[in-house]
Amino acid sequence: MTSTSKVRVATVWLSGCSGCHMSFLDQDEALIDLAQQIQLVYSPIMDVKVFPENVDVTLIEGAVANEDQEELLKFARERTKILISLGDCAVTGNVPGLRNGITNSADAVLKRAFVETADMNPQIPTDVPTLLPKALPLHEVVKVDFYIPGCPPPADLINWVISRLMRGLPVNMEGRSKFG
Amino acid sequence: MTVGTVKLKIDNVEVAVPEGTTILEAAKSNGIDIPTLCNLEGLSGYGGCRLCMVEIHGSPKLFAACVTPVGMGMEVITQSDKLREYRKMAIQFILSERTHICAVCVANNACELQKLANDLGVDHVMFEREWTRLPVDSTHDFLVLDRNRCILCTRCLRVCDEIEGVHTLDLKMRGKDAQVIIDLDEDWANSSSCTSCRKCAKVCPVGAIYVESVALEETKDKGIAEFVLSRRNRK
Repeated sequence: MTSTSKVRVATVWLSGCSGCHMSFLDQDEALIDLAQQIQLVYSPIMDVKVFPENVDVTLIEGAVANEDQEELLKFARERTKILISLGDCAVTGNVPGLRNGITNSADAVLKRAFVETADMNPQIPTDVPTLLPKALPLHEVVKVDFYIPGCPPPADLINWVISRLMRGLPVNMEGRSKFG
Repeated sequence: MTVGTVKLKIDNVEVAVPEGTTILEAAKSNGIDIPTLCNLEGLSGYGGCRLCMVEIHGSPKLFAACVTPVGMGMEVITQSDKLREYRKMAIQFILSERTHICAVCVANNACELQKLANDLGVDHVMFEREWTRLPVDSTHDFLVLDRNRCILCTRCLRVCDEIEGVHTLDLKMRGKDAQVIIDLDEDWANSSSCTSCRKCAKVCPVGAIYVESVALEETKDKGIAEFVLSRRNRK
């Protein structure tokens, strides 16, 4: 199989702990089989600056918590055939979403992190992306095609979903993954 | 007066049960499983969670099996694509009402809501999630009430009232804004009626009421209400 006929896969890391990427890598020897069939075109584990065009499958970890992430997510959606929400932060908002219950949460968490608990030079940074009012699950921002819940999702489940999708088989999550 | 026998069909299986039996009891006694959340043996029926919805031949409506009595000649369907779809939706409604963040919940992996969502294949919540933050009461010596995890099944209220017999717990407000309260909305530490029996923690299906520093697997005991009743009814 030449690289041109391989499934073009991207992975994206938004507001998450990278645990879902760790779980993706935790597929161990199954990654070798997967590598024969896919071409990784964009990922935090490789050095590509711009999200490429014509991506077949994109797995996205983390909630949408700032303006840059929102832009990247929309960009990825435009350029991807199948977009998958990977893990609880992407599916439910999970831990990044815990700030959503606080009034003026963006200002409140920045103040807490950079001013109230700072030992030296307490100041809110201005050269980083602006936080959104709420950290949102992906499907509240763009259309999502498939969901792999879990914190993190088990490696076997990630492999099962990707393998089924590549063979054009239906993905029914009944009894497969704990929600949340 | 003698209790009559009612004959009906559940999933095309003919069954005969005593008059006054609910569809849920009739199904269970004949080995047919219907998912439930708010129902618990030994406690009165509530019909709040809508997980046990069933179809009855001849009616376009769905019925909550836990509070619908059997009728002569009734034909009940407990499993269908339509019911599965509605049950999935009911779980999603419950999940969207509060900030159910399993990753930080004491009930993670020991939660009936989480298990049902898994069994039904709920992989996301299609409704916008409510993020309102509700007060947590940790004033009691060892019992904690986290209203953010509560699914308003009222098992704790019913066990406290009907089994322990003190009615410390109750609800205030309505609909999704309803909240479990202690006495007349006091802090738990100030409760004059609570006997600290822990039955509320034992029957809570999620992580809303729990015993501090005790593994949830050791705390939960779904059979507690039935057990207490059986002891009370000993001849």
